[in-house]
Amino acid sequence: MRRTLLESFTRGPLTEPPPKPDEAALAELAQSVDRAARARLGRSLSIRQVDAGSCNGCELEIHALGNAFYDLERFGLHFVASPRHADVLMVTGPVTKNMREALLRTFSATPDPKWVVAVGGCAADGGVFAGSYAVAGGVKDVVSVDLTIPGCPPNPRQLLAGLLALLQTAS
Amino acid sequence: MKRSVVTAQGWADAIAQLASGQRTLLGLWGDPPHVHMALLDEAKGAVAVLAYHCTDGKYPSVGVSHPPALRLERAMRDLFGLEAEGAPDTRPWLDLGFWGVRQPLGSPNTERPHGAYPFLPVEGESLHQIPVGPVHAGIIEPGHFRFTANGEHVVRLEQRLGYAHKGIESLMAGASLEQAAKLASRTSGDSTVAYAYAFALAAEAALQTEAPPRAAYLRALMAELERLANHFGDFGAICNDASFSLMHAQTSILRERVLRAAEACFGHRLMMDQVVPGGVARDLAPDGVAAIKTLLAEIELRFPRLIELYDNTASLQDRTVTTGIVKAEYVRLFGAGGYVGRASGRNFDARRNLAYAPYDKFAFEVPLREEGDVNARVWIRIREVEQSLKLIAQIVDALPAGPFQVPVHALGKSGEGLALTEAFRGDVLIWLRLDGKGHIERCHLRDASWFQWPLLETAIEGNIVADFPLCNKSFNCSYSGHDL
Repeated sequence: MRRTLLESFTRGPLTEPPPKPDEAALAELAQSVDRAARARLGRSLSIRQVDAGSCNGCELEIHALGNAFYDLERFGLHFVASPRHADVLMVTGPVTKNMREALLRTFSATPDPKWVVAVGGCAADGGVFAGSYAVAGGVKDVVSVDLTIPGCPPNPRQLLAGLLALLQTAS
Repeated sequence: MKRSVVTAQGWADAIAQLASGQRTLLGLWGDPPHVHMALLDEAKGAVAVLAYHCTDGKYPSVGVSHPPALRLERAMRDLFGLEAEGAPDTRPWLDLGFWGVRQPLGSPNTERPHGAYPFLPVEGESLHQIPVGPVHAGIIEPGHFRFTANGEHVVRLEQRLGYAHKGIESLMAGASLEQAAKLASRTSGDSTVAYAYAFALAAEAALQTEAPPRAAYLRALMAELERLANHFGDFGAICNDASFSLMHAQTSILRERVLRAAEACFGHRLMMDQVVPGGVARDLAPDGVAAIKTLLAEIELRFPRLIELYDNTASLQDRTVTTGIVKAEYVRLFGAGGYVGRASGRNFDARRNLAYAPYDKFAFEVPLREEGDVNARVWIRIREVEQSLKLIAQIVDALPAGPFQVPVHALGKSGEGLALTEAFRGDVLIWLRLDGKGHIERCHLRDASWFQWPLLETAIEGNIVADFPLCNKSFNCSYSGHDL
């Protein structure tokens, strides 16, 4: 263990410079984030991730945001365990009818001001699962969405660019 | 693969063979008016598919004599309206009452949804219940766990799944091969290669064609990269659930390196949609072999040190050794695949026992343990990483030249095909039938989790609630792959 720990001092960090905040996301967010909310949040956002029925691909890439290369927490962004602690709901998957109520309840348990980020192609419009008897649609069909990060799944840099845009707008 | 249509006697004989352990249940699915059962003869390495013609939508229950079939029968009732006569558990399974339609794949009707779901009763002094989910505290898939505990100790865990049900099998019906392959790839994102691989093999079996040798090798390369990435992720996440975050940080680096190599080789980090019927979607990138060799060298440098770290950290072993034991008899009964089965002595790996191209050409071992605890499931993963590294080295050294794809034409073909591939968590089964007009008529996908989830309920019994995350992560069952 000592060797591994010591080496992390000498090897230099693996963490990479962040991508620029996504321009399209900045434009999308400009309307939804008001000044009062910005003042209250400072440069920190707590994120609650909700899987509303995804294939799990998006979760894998969201997990990757925490690794040494992307190091999400350096930006003041962190994942929390309860919607009651969250500023942002990051929702993946087409919203299945079986998860619709759980998503609504999670949304109403999140205190204002709050933002909803729809992550991935399925969260945008249901993706390849749109039209099924078991799918309610994209996230916007169930709760209001402030930002959509497309991709199947979006890679960690795309996720980061979207979240940084949110952070820049919210602070 | 030819289905054998059986009489009531033949169906009863098959059930008897399952109950006596002569055969292992691989799958049970509806295809009205038939019910299909896939059986494995482990000694011979042979797979058979039986079809039973239902009378009035009813068939004799398999689950009444062979419990692993219970959830499959409940799911079949929810989706197709086919009734298992004599089944001891007739509660719904995937239908939580929100679809607005009953039996969507049978004769759909809009009867009133079910009432409240009755959990199994628990009686006794000083018991309390802890409901968890479907929204969990971490970045994980949705599902509900109902714990009954006596103080710290779990007396019973009951799972309630189906939250991620997307109706994949209904979307499959009538889909083109291309669209169906995309759906298969998104059945369980962490096993996207294994699913696309099984789908491609099943489609090729139905079309009586084969992918060229180069494609077979590239498929195996992707499958092993996927296994590496998942095993690294799990190894770290299990340790992290015992609050040993150093391991998680280190294995996350290795996982990221695997995904970056995958992107360099195939243009997608998870290699989604890269395995297609007829071959692979694109050839290995020109600098792919170099990227793989760099990756192997990096892993061979870093990974042994992490194994040593795991082995020498007593506080970590204290959490994993003897925690969440799965009995060998249950693993045999359920035919549990992957590390869950192999950590409890079930010597089965689809890559070897049902060797499909190109695994018949490679030398590799299938690691086996007997203890069945969290620690054993960790070690199976560690040893499998080592085997995957050997396999990848063999694949890139012997990568055949030639085309990476042959054209496939589904038009006018109405065959059936079945295939099993070994995903990182166990065997994936896909069965399909073409409709002769270039579409899928029916496709069934069975994740390894179907036969692992029930064992998690047994593994946690008598353990403390705080050890559940460890046990759960050591199984890492798929919700989406199970819920379909």
